[in-house]
Amino acid sequence: MVPLSYYLLLSSILFACGVAGFLIKRNIITIFMSIELMLNGVNLSFVAFAAHWHRLSGQVFVFFVMVVAAAEAAVGLAIIISVYRTRETLNVDQVNLLKL
Amino acid sequence: MSLHLILFLTFGAVCVAGAVNLLAQRHPINSALSLIAVMGALAGEYLLLGAEFVAAIQLIVYAGAIMVLFVFTIMLLNAGEEERTKGSRVAILLGVPGMLIGGTLVAWVLLRHSGTGSAPVGALLGDPKTIGQLLFHEFLLPFEVTSILILIAIMGAVVLATKPEATENRKAR
Amino acid sequence: MSIGTFILVSVIKSALTLFVLLTAVAYTVWLERKVVGHMQNRWGPTRVGPFGLLQPAADGIKFLFKEDLTPPHVYKPLYIAAPVLAVVFALTSISVIPIGNWITIAGVHTPLQITDVNIGLLMILGVTSMGVYGVALAGWSSNNKYSLLGGLRASAQMVSYEISLGLSLVGVLIMSGSFSLRAIVDAQGGRFWGFIPRWNIFQGQIIGFLVYLVAAYAETNRIPFDLPEAETELVAGYHTEYSAMKFAMFFMAEYANMITVACLATLLFFGGWHGPIGGPPVFEALLPVFWFVAKVFVFLFIYIWVRGTLPRFRYDQLMAFGWKFLLPMAIANVVATAVAVAW
Repeated sequence: MVPLSYYLLLSSILFACGVAGFLIKRNIITIFMSIELMLNGVNLSFVAFAAHWHRLSGQVFVFFVMVVAAAEAAVGLAIIISVYRTRETLNVDQVNLLKL
Repeated sequence: MSLHLILFLTFGAVCVAGAVNLLAQRHPINSALSLIAVMGALAGEYLLLGAEFVAAIQLIVYAGAIMVLFVFTIMLLNAGEEERTKGSRVAILLGVPGMLIGGTLVAWVLLRHSGTGSAPVGALLGDPKTIGQLLFHEFLLPFEVTSILILIAIMGAVVLATKPEATENRKAR
Repeated sequence: MSIGTFILVSVIKSALTLFVLLTAVAYTVWLERKVVGHMQNRWGPTRVGPFGLLQPAADGIKFLFKEDLTPPHVYKPLYIAAPVLAVVFALTSISVIPIGNWITIAGVHTPLQITDVNIGLLMILGVTSMGVYGVALAGWSSNNKYSLLGGLRASAQMVSYEISLGLSLVGVLIMSGSFSLRAIVDAQGGRFWGFIPRWNIFQGQIIGFLVYLVAAYAETNRIPFDLPEAETELVAGYHTEYSAMKFAMFFMAEYANMITVACLATLLFFGGWHGPIGGPPVFEALLPVFWFVAKVFVFLFIYIWVRGTLPRFRYDQLMAFGWKFLLPMAIANVVATAVAVAW
């Protein structure tokens, strides 16, 4: 049997990596992927708690998180494509003007 | 060491290695692939926790659909290696020790309380039937709300990704 | 069953399944060349062995001994990884497919299947949805405009048709109430009025089956949906830059996927190993396997038949067909089945 704390530790490591990626990465697609990593870390803690308390609600919440992640990816990538169309760059440091 | 723990450590090591590799790689496609590895290993962790339906959905939705979308966008935009911007020296001097201290604190707090997180082998906590009943009875309203969210997201993506010229042409017709 | 016997039996079953699958892949290629040849008033392979039966072996030797070119402009790690990914995911999905009833050999009672997981169908869907990476990464890492276009087409097409594919299976799932392939087949045993088998296709899943078949053709990149490798416009699509064994791996992956699709169609809609007529009790253990293989063969033949008959779609036609026709049909089938079962 694996203690709950191990799962939570793994989940927090993944979340921290996601935050770090969000802060240090400069490519807008990679920044998006860091957000997905954070969501995955949170999902792991949901499932671990579901197993700990023997309540399935935690697993159901993972579905909602996945749905939100899918919606976010669809809209986010569409925004990235339209940003690339006008700016022709994916570097977030160069996408800081409100007007071209 | 029990088999459970060995499997947990193996999948966990893949997860952490993938997450760190995501940060270390400069090309977005390598980052995307390491994220896919993280998601696959997480599916393994879900299996250990007795959540096999969630594990399958993780593979189908996350690794098989959302990440394909990411890879597709990277290919479509032909994203190259990212330019590194040099961070300030203060951030490194203060950030790295601060991160280490914070991480140790969190780990210490978490490891002090030990309850068991994994389901006993063979115990099916998340079989599709129970999850379906929960999802369509207790969580029916959130379920419907997320379906509306998905619908709006689809429309938003279509509106954003259509070329402006295409809409003008249609108006002119 | 002790853990030692369990491991031994699993290893034997895996090795046997892999051997049978790879042989079947080789001979599906032979069958395709032969049948398409006869459809086009040619002979197909005739020189190597009787009826060209040794042609697959000759092809294998040729692929092994050809020079393995790696063009200088490719992104090497992914260029090498892509065919491996494609073939691994294609071969993995066979592991949960049951081919017959339980048998007892030397005191070991075991199902004719590598493993029976109760989310078997979801596992196959998950693994096949990962299979797109092989094609997409091959297209990207080749660093060639034709390959890139092929890879882009493949990923867009497979993601689009995956939705129709998944929804077309929901009708079957509603009727059998399980994700386990064995349970789905067991639910189809018996007959109506003593002579019509209770297969799902005769229980009103005809639209579900047709949607599944079309979506599966698109998923496996076969004619009329083989746009990722359309040779008239894209040279050879995503595998333009591949040669020798790496090219053979893509080939193997494509045919292994075809076989998986045929197996799934048999299991989900055509009663798996339940035959239309019974046989003498002597063959009780082997007859189910015979029926299963026969049905899979029929589906493979239909694959080849379609290839010999239909022209290729245009890309916008493909997308419009998938989203505007196939998806509404699949959803309508789900709703109709749900209403019928609830009523």
